[in-house]
Amino acid sequence: MLSENLRQNAVATAVDAFDADAITAGKLDRGELTLEIAGGKIVSICGFLKYDQKFIRLSSVTAVDWYPAEPRFEVVYHLHSIELKQRVRLKCRLSGIDPAIESITSVWRGANWYEREVFDLFGINFVGHPDLRRIMMPDDWDGHPLRKDYPVTGTRI
Amino acid sequence: MSDPAIPGVSVTAVADEQPKPGPHRMVLNMGPQHPSTHGVLRLLLELDGENVMKCQPDIGYLHTGIEKEFEQKNYQQDVTLTDRVDYLAPLSNNLGWCLATEKLLGLEIPPQAQWMRVMLTELTRLNSHLVWLGTHAIDIGAMSVFLYCFREREDILRIFEMFSGQRMMTSYFRIGGLALEPPRGWQQRVKKFIDVFPSRVDEYEDLLTNNRIWTGRTKGIGHISIEDMLDLGVTGPMLRAAGLKVDVRKDTPYTSYEKFDFEVPTRTENDVFARYQVRVEEMRQSARIVKQALEGMPPGAWKADAPHVVLPDREKMKTQMEALIYHFKIVTEGFRVPAGEVYQVIESPRGELGYYVVSDGTARPYRVHMRTPSFGNLQCTPTLVMGSLIADVIASIGSMDFVLGDTDR
Repeated sequence: MLSENLRQNAVATAVDAFDADAITAGKLDRGELTLEIAGGKIVSICGFLKYDQKFIRLSSVTAVDWYPAEPRFEVVYHLHSIELKQRVRLKCRLSGIDPAIESITSVWRGANWYEREVFDLFGINFVGHPDLRRIMMPDDWDGHPLRKDYPVTGTRI
Repeated sequence: MSDPAIPGVSVTAVADEQPKPGPHRMVLNMGPQHPSTHGVLRLLLELDGENVMKCQPDIGYLHTGIEKEFEQKNYQQDVTLTDRVDYLAPLSNNLGWCLATEKLLGLEIPPQAQWMRVMLTELTRLNSHLVWLGTHAIDIGAMSVFLYCFREREDILRIFEMFSGQRMMTSYFRIGGLALEPPRGWQQRVKKFIDVFPSRVDEYEDLLTNNRIWTGRTKGIGHISIEDMLDLGVTGPMLRAAGLKVDVRKDTPYTSYEKFDFEVPTRTENDVFARYQVRVEEMRQSARIVKQALEGMPPGAWKADAPHVVLPDREKMKTQMEALIYHFKIVTEGFRVPAGEVYQVIESPRGELGYYVVSDGTARPYRVHMRTPSFGNLQCTPTLVMGSLIADVIASIGSMDFVLGDTDR
């Protein structure tokens, strides 16, 4: 169910009309639209926004770690419509135990590196990703540096 | 991978056609220390003769964990980190970070500071494009252009030094305005530079635009379709060289860019030469913006009237108790930023630069993600160089204008 100020927003209502169960929460804060999407529906919503709502560009994919809260992770997608000059932020919440979400590389090939980066630095698994390897850290690295329980300084030997 | 020769087809019959991938391919490791990869980019090229059949970029050699570092410092200290991300366009990064934080704070900065930001950001764009043009020309074999470009770059760095005391890692934009009062005599200095600069651009064009070797090496090279670019996340001059008029400064203006009169240059050829033309034209447009900023610089304050965010004047600190307390608070613990999240996008010399900042209401950002243009652009490398000659790989990747610090963060 959309909140009052989201019902004024064309993108939010379009997504809601497309799939009434998709939006779990949302807000319009500081002029930026955020929609929280149910985990399993991210690919279909991205496809809908890309092909039907003119959000043809994927600007970035990243994640936020809310350790020790649960659900621990938020995967954040920023989409951009060149024609409408608008941006929208999609979010999916993931549990801290075996976090996994469907890959959106089938919608944008460019999601490839972004998802690899999130996999590398947060340890979130992207199901269906064609080439899920570490991208920043060495291949034999232990741990995921951007997690909040990962130490900033080195360990004492 | 291997595609064995088709039985029954003689070798001489296909010799004049496109080279067919033979069974003997060579994998060439280009980089991470190759001079024309401009940093530490590694490309794994699978070659059939001189033709690139497959390319696999390998990045991460310059990963410094800067996003993690952001979470450890307070907002004002983080300005110094943004310089180090894209070290050829430090002020663009400063600007992105400051705008994102100011959006979280709901802070409005005075007109003079905004115009000053526009002027210096455009000088940064010139600086960055000059480095690009010089090094790109060296890669392709035109040595002298490099010397011309770096002559003007030196002037710009001297201007930065005059403003901030630093040539490269300026950190001149701070949250709430500028770091220091603009120095005395800056107008004459910038004017002297900007008056001669357009003629200097003519000089570069004299050296390159009709140069037969240059056009031979760049025209028709490095083609990639608009659909592929949009799909792969390419932004900036590369998109504009394909005819797409996308520029954040025009589409969603920030820092009063809407008050400036400038064009967004585009070309439709979509090759290395078109990208060169777009960037050269951008230099002319940036020079126009700098000139307008110089002539119409509004008077007034260079930092916002927000005592809880902006450091007080030295003079006030000596006479007012309140100012002294604010100074102590800001220096020791920073300022608290209301909880929330923003995604601030600006047009850096390389393309779309986005700062995604999450605040949890404390004095340090909870999470910072930089959507850097180089990262997005570099992702198209395999598509861009597929099937081209290995010598053209250099021209193609040079035309992307990436910075590895910006890619790896």
